Amino acid sequence: MTIVPTQPKVEEGGIRAGAPILSTRNVWIRYGDHAAIKNVSMEIQEKRITAIIGPSGCGKSTLLRSFNRMNDFIENLSTEGQVCYRGENVYKKGIDPVEVRRKIGMVFQKPNPFPKTIFKNVSWGLSINGIKDNMADRVEKALIQVALFDEVKDKLNKSGLELSGGQQQRLCIARAIALEPEIVLMDEPCSALDPIATMRIEDLLLELKKKYTIVIVTHNMQQAARVSDKCAFFYNGDLIEFGETEQVFTRPREKQTEQYVTGRIG
Amino acid sequence: MSLKSRKMVGIGATGVFMFATILAVLILVILIFEIVSSGYKDLDWKFITSPPSVLSAEKAGIWPALMGSIWLMALTAVISIPVGIGAAIYLEELTVKNKLTRIIEVNISNLAGVPSIVYGILGLGIFVRQFHMGRSVLAGALTMSLLILPVIIVSAREALKAVPDSIRQAAYGLGATKIQTIWHHVLPAAVPGIVTGIILALSRAVGETAPIAMIGALSYIHDAPKGVMSSFTALPLQIYNWISYPQKEFHEIAGAAILVLLILLLTMNSIAITIRQRFERNRQW
Ligand SMILES: Nc1ncnc2c1ncn2[C@@H]1O[C@H](COP(=O)(O)OP(=O)(O)OP(=O)(O)O)[C@@H](O)[C@H]1O
Ligand SMILES: [Mg+2]
Repeated sequence: MTIVPTQPKVEEGGIRAGAPILSTRNVWIRYGDHAAIKNVSMEIQEKRITAIIGPSGCGKSTLLRSFNRMNDFIENLSTEGQVCYRGENVYKKGIDPVEVRRKIGMVFQKPNPFPKTIFKNVSWGLSINGIKDNMADRVEKALIQVALFDEVKDKLNKSGLELSGGQQQRLCIARAIALEPEIVLMDEPCSALDPIATMRIEDLLLELKKKYTIVIVTHNMQQAARVSDKCAFFYNGDLIEFGETEQVFTRPREKQTEQYVTGRIG
Repeated sequence: MSLKSRKMVGIGATGVFMFATILAVLILVILIFEIVSSGYKDLDWKFITSPPSVLSAEKAGIWPALMGSIWLMALTAVISIPVGIGAAIYLEELTVKNKLTRIIEVNISNLAGVPSIVYGILGLGIFVRQFHMGRSVLAGALTMSLLILPVIIVSAREALKAVPDSIRQAAYGLGATKIQTIWHHVLPAAVPGIVTGIILALSRAVGETAPIAMIGALSYIHDAPKGVMSSFTALPLQIYNWISYPQKEFHEIAGAAILVLLILLLTMNSIAITIRQRFERNRQW
């Protein structure tokens, strides 16, 4: 009998994959008196795709926006608890939210390219963050990463608004990853897209996972099952269940999760 | 209501609106025709480049008044555009909405309705007398700026408000500061609306008589202004002046001066349309 030595599993993302990069501790988020997120503690792992699912109005977007302080722009919203990025609370006094957003990028539900050229859409984020060298290379690299370059290489000086919805969304993803953030937050990035465009984005997510940590909010159960490694189910502001995607979908521990993933509540 | 009667109402309403439109256009056409037909005879290069004369309508020209109006307009633009846009950005983008800003907001809108003569009195009291600016172009421009600032601020705010929030979110999401977001995205997107407001406001300033008469711009000035402290006159004042003469010949050259004023305004409006189209080309929402 030979003993097989147990090797630590080396994954695509390298040895760091799986280490916690973002964590929330007892986070409460309120709009006025209305608590949209209630006492949520969870951990996002590096170079993994974490999906956030749950019925409409359960607080998914609200929580996601707290990760990079996009909630700062909403009046009468208050956040309690800690959101820690690499161990540091992003809500701590003295932390510049602009710095946070530089590290934690965001892609929105509705594609929102700037009404500027395709090139400018990608380069702007770089230039305002002080990166001016090799602009053309950087833009090209970002567009290649989102598999958009071939489609737009002849019209980089055309308006970003002249692209199709799916192309626009990939442009928005390119814009976000051109900055080489550590985490990319995506709020229902495919909800405005057709199945083919959605499939392309999903393939893209799996590709991006090698370099980036991704947190994605989705209404699409199949999508969560297909792309995510970990899955968090929210209901009415509470984190009901959080675990490996496979487990959440096949052996949910909570009754509500089971009802939701099988389509009985929604 | 039956389908037939609904259709009838539709046809009827279309008719009423069409009539209203035609009426407005017709009045404008008649007005322009009147002005052109009464003014074109006297309008030549000499008329534009000569100083006015109290003795002979034949020799009189509008050079000082035309240049006065252009100086007044340019200086008013220089003062009111930055202040107006700045105030709009502050109120719309930078400050938190509370009771104080709402009070300011309402009062700015109210100021837009204050009669222009009141601004004239204010200008006379503050700029001409208090600050010893005399009857200068500067005093006139400051008075005109007060008059048109509410219009510029209100229209610029509307234009900023119309810029979709998704653009701001996109910029913030990339780690942009508030100022970068406003400067690079919000303001350019709002330019068409802002420019429209500015041109309407400046057109009003060029056409106003009461405030400049009030601060005492002189109607007999031999030369074009040489600087911001020169005394001046303006086209509307010159026109008003000539109309009040008993001789018919002066009424006729007043017609020519009106035509010049009209051309000035139309030129300004076409510049505005050009700017607007250039900025609008890139915008679809
Ligand atoms: N700007 C706001 N002001 C007040 N309440 C809000 C605001 N935005 C969201 N809410 C409330 O907070 C709760 C959570 O909203 P949130 O947008 O996070 O839900 P969601 O899970 O993203 O829903 P969806 O799947 O429909 O996008 C909801 O009850 C909603 O009514
Ligand atoms: Mg949402």
